[in-house]
Amino acid sequence: MLKITVKLFATLRHNRFKVAEHEYFAAPTILAVAEELKIPREELALTMVNGVLVPVEHLLQDGDTLSIFPPVGGG
Amino acid sequence: MGSVLGKVLRVNLTTGAIYTEELSAKLSKEFIGGRGLGGKMLADEIPVGIDSLSAENKLFFVTGPLTGTTAPTGGRYMVVTKSPLNDVIASSNSGGFWGAELKFAGYDLLVVEGKATEPVYISIKDDLVEIKHAGHLWGKNTNETTDLLLKEFGDPKARVANIGTAGEQLSRIACIMNDRWRAAGRSGVGAVMGAKNLKAIVVRGSNKVEAADPDKFKEHVKDAMLRIKENGVTGQGLPAYGTAVLVNIINEAGILPTNNFQYGVFPDAEEISGEAVAEKYMKKKDPCFRCPIACGRYCEVDGVGGGGPEYETVWAFGSDCGISDLKAVIKANNACNEVGVDTISAGATIAAAMELYQRGFIKDADLDGGPALQWGNGEAIVEWVKRMADKKGFGAKLAMGSARLAAAYGAPDLSMTVKKLELPAYDPRGLMGHGLQYATANRGGCHVRGYMISPEILGMPEALDRFSIEGKAEWVKIFQDLTAAIDSSGLCLFTSFALGAKEYAELLTAATGVNYSAEDVLTSGERCFNVERLFNFAEGYTAADDTLPKRFLEDPMPAGPSKGHLHRLKELLPKYYEIRGWDAEGMPGDKRLKALGL
Repeated sequence: MLKITVKLFATLRHNRFKVAEHEYFAAPTILAVAEELKIPREELALTMVNGVLVPVEHLLQDGDTLSIFPPVGGG
Repeated sequence: MGSVLGKVLRVNLTTGAIYTEELSAKLSKEFIGGRGLGGKMLADEIPVGIDSLSAENKLFFVTGPLTGTTAPTGGRYMVVTKSPLNDVIASSNSGGFWGAELKFAGYDLLVVEGKATEPVYISIKDDLVEIKHAGHLWGKNTNETTDLLLKEFGDPKARVANIGTAGEQLSRIACIMNDRWRAAGRSGVGAVMGAKNLKAIVVRGSNKVEAADPDKFKEHVKDAMLRIKENGVTGQGLPAYGTAVLVNIINEAGILPTNNFQYGVFPDAEEISGEAVAEKYMKKKDPCFRCPIACGRYCEVDGVGGGGPEYETVWAFGSDCGISDLKAVIKANNACNEVGVDTISAGATIAAAMELYQRGFIKDADLDGGPALQWGNGEAIVEWVKRMADKKGFGAKLAMGSARLAAAYGAPDLSMTVKKLELPAYDPRGLMGHGLQYATANRGGCHVRGYMISPEILGMPEALDRFSIEGKAEWVKIFQDLTAAIDSSGLCLFTSFALGAKEYAELLTAATGVNYSAEDVLTSGERCFNVERLFNFAEGYTAADDTLPKRFLEDPMPAGPSKGHLHRLKELLPKYYEIRGWDAEGMPGDKRLKALGL
């Protein structure tokens, strides 16, 4: 089993969670994790794995921390 | 006639002379307005080497062609002067309503010259401009001053820009506050007002600002509004959570400066995040003039309300001081607004003081009985901000900013500044482009002179590898030039998440009746940037000042997602100078200056 820590931010937390441990039999893509959480594609504005920006097709590895942000910014 | 009114208001506080003059159409076209126009006029008008706190310095309050129009976010103005913090060209941008009101009164810009012999304020009611006694306002905080002036002026719709007690005491991190909690924050511009004995400027106007081509302008405004609404950041992210939503993102990337930039991950980031602000203390949104984004927040703690806190404030008083108590952060923010100090510089200076205390340079006996400077001490940040308005003692030392403080205690390397300006909320060890921009920004360590966080963290307009130096010099140049043009236009920098040079050119053309192409807009920005560079070099700055604190160049990030990285500035600078058309010593070359018409 692969263990992935999933962190959600801003509006994505509504009716979901802040942080959760997920387990998978095979390495999932970020897109697959998002689908499981019913997060629409357009809400995946910023996806980081272990603090580095990666595309949604990225394959997650055991022990990864995935952080998902909706469109946000500032300065 | 268009949205440039062609009118400069000059007030000389030494002689009492008040007069208007025609704004040069050539300068207005070439420099647009705001930061570009103010910078050029300041550079032309003040002698090299003057004391920034002397009567010879001038204060320019400059709107842009889009200020006061129906363009989205068209409420911005710039304060341009010689900085008392670092003697470079200062240009501090502010929102709210004051800038638009100055335009409604009939002026593109106000220039304050000389020095009054006693405290005064300037009252502007369209053509009626007066210098009035302000002895009764001296010593009052910004909220009290605003209340008293609105009453005295007799019109609740008047707009007030003023300094607090820190500006009166010539704190080199003092800001100018307008509309209660909007700030021309950086570079100590409030001390220049204080040095002139100028407490406030009240303005009320009754005119409208019309576009040269109203139909075309309306069309472009509609298009810009739509783009802003449809963009994820300006249409959803900023309206929902304000700027503080960045706390978690920047922490996840391992570049949230913690304990005076000793670390890049703050374990308690969640406690001070934008999400926590919204959940616990936010009462309402607090938008600026004609702003569809409305990132401004209004929060209440213990029954006291105030504007903010912004991301930069939350970081400076939060993670940078090791503080997870959001209530204390908001109180420190309100205290900054009341005494009138820049929240970035104030928080970062206290963080530097905390590291000086941690390492034994500052001792309890130095603190005049005030709160200990331990990491995480919420009481300390609030109390020490209040004491920044003191005439003497440790509070007065803090009010001089982090570079002077650390130097006074014999540890200059513990000041996280570039050109004496306190760095904002992103550790450059995980951001090659953003670090280059820190080192080369003309006013010193600043994030809003070329916001490379956008491509390096937020993935806009495209995602760049933040640890790579490939192509970064080119990106930084374009971002800096476009930013200078936006800062000259009268619009908010946040529009750039949704608009590009083409859209700014269309708005400016329809508003002014002067034809701007996208290229003209970028060239104007580059012209502005080079004028600022030349000003600084004339003041004695050199390429050696285009640097970063030693920590970022020599001490790898100790832990987290940016672990092991340093900033690779030395590899980036030669390329940057080359594409700017500057020589190896960073001096603008004749060929490029000629091409820019300088």
